[in-house]
Amino acid sequence: MQNKFSLPTQDEIVKRLKKIPEGLWRECPNCHEKFYYRRAGVYEVCPNCGYGARLGSRKRIKLFCDAFEEWDKALATDVHHLDENYKKKLAAGIKNTHVNESVLTGKARIGNYDFAVGVMDSRFIMGSLGQVTGQKLAHLFQEATKQHLPVILFTASGGARMQDGIHSLMQMAKVSDEVARHSEEGLLYISILTDPTTGGVTASFAMQGDIILSEPKTLIGFAGRRVIEQTINQKPPKDFQQAETLLKNGFLDDIVERKDLKAYLNNLLDLHSDK
Amino acid sequence: MTKTAYETVVAARSKDKVATADLINNIFSNFTEFHGDRQLNDDPSIVGGIAKLNGTPVTVIGTQKGKNTAENIERHFGMVEPEGYRKAIRLMKQAEKFKRPVITFVNTSGAYPGMDAEYHGQGSAIANSLLVGMELKVPYISVIVGEAGSGGALALATGDTVWMMENSIYSVLSPEGYASIVWKDSKRVMEAAEDLKLTPQILLEEGIIDKIVPEVVDQSSTQNLKNMLIAEVERLQRFSADELVEKRHERFSKF
Ligand SMILES: [Zn+2]
Repeated sequence: MQNKFSLPTQDEIVKRLKKIPEGLWRECPNCHEKFYYRRAGVYEVCPNCGYGARLGSRKRIKLFCDAFEEWDKALATDVHHLDENYKKKLAAGIKNTHVNESVLTGKARIGNYDFAVGVMDSRFIMGSLGQVTGQKLAHLFQEATKQHLPVILFTASGGARMQDGIHSLMQMAKVSDEVARHSEEGLLYISILTDPTTGGVTASFAMQGDIILSEPKTLIGFAGRRVIEQTINQKPPKDFQQAETLLKNGFLDDIVERKDLKAYLNNLLDLHSDK
Repeated sequence: MTKTAYETVVAARSKDKVATADLINNIFSNFTEFHGDRQLNDDPSIVGGIAKLNGTPVTVIGTQKGKNTAENIERHFGMVEPEGYRKAIRLMKQAEKFKRPVITFVNTSGAYPGMDAEYHGQGSAIANSLLVGMELKVPYISVIVGEAGSGGALALATGDTVWMMENSIYSVLSPEGYASIVWKDSKRVMEAAEDLKLTPQILLEEGIIDKIVPEVVDQSSTQNLKNMLIAEVERLQRFSADELVEKRHERFSKF
């Protein structure tokens, strides 16, 4: 008997797939598999390899937090004496992210637990560590120390911000010191390294968490691949700066999929709560 | 006559630049070098140990370039590996235990960009150096001797007092790196050097460093640096451990 709800044949599937407009296809930057955009789901994860697309800071807050109140919303780089090129980059960053700097900070909640949160955004001048980025992060830890809150920080950064010169470098020391002070109060700091976390951010607060987590297939490193290739004159393997390799080598506590992250964090906050 | 930024870069990298080992031998007495990070390895790009400065026991740590090609290869041209930073951390913690001041000499273009360095946690090692350096409960003086580039230099330069020699540079990345990123042309080093504002004069004006040290070229200039260090150690030793940490915090907070 012919079932009128029978599954389409292989040919039929191919024919239907061809009708999907170009714009609805996504190519995974990690495994290069092409897939219909809806298959990535709300977490924007490649159905083939599990790599998560780079998320905006506000989207990340929506996905992983139940409540959020922004801090230092108006804080921004004074563009007065900056060159035109840098001004344009800052303006584009603000337009891309709807945040004034490469990090969004505030107080958030998951379930019954309040915490201070920071989310870096790679779409703001590659998530670079500008002077104001450092200022916001330092203030995040200060305020968390004052309010006796844990800190959860999502990092995403190409490293230092060249345009801010030596002041960018100084942020590494400045933020590190606030991390140390927060820690001395016996407060919890969880860093979650997202794609890409590199350079001066890796070499400071990203690697200073009590608990250091990452997402699948995240690029994490200090030196850039190109610089390493030029120095050692050989090509490192594809996965040499990937979260899975860092986990194996002992530099991450865990890799957590986006769909599990909220429950995972809820559990960690519970395990560190005073109640 | 003041040098241009590029002339300062050249002078900072000069073959005649005083070596960290010579500074240590000529300024301190009873230097005893210690090795290893107690975890994996000994990184020869970092020289460290204990010595006496005018009778006072101190911990000395510095990056060491080679004096010839063979030595340079062994020491990675003074570019530090994670094991080197971990050795420095170990010596800093040891100094804290025995209440010895720490003096660092920095001459490195940056942390070593190698595959093993990444596998062994270069980022993590620098991150921990910063935590330890910023919270060190003893006087901490950092002297930038030649090149100081990126987080790899900062890891040894979070002193209560940061000085630069006349012919030295300090920047977020090397002028070559800057030029290749900005103009995709690593040869435009001269412009890059200007843009990076990496000379001691500018960094003194910006408050990033506290003093410029007359270039060490002979016995009298060595003695001068020695006198400066003795006076600065004495000054810092008047503060309690908590005061030192608080002052260091204030110093870096303003950036
Ligand atoms: Zn994929």
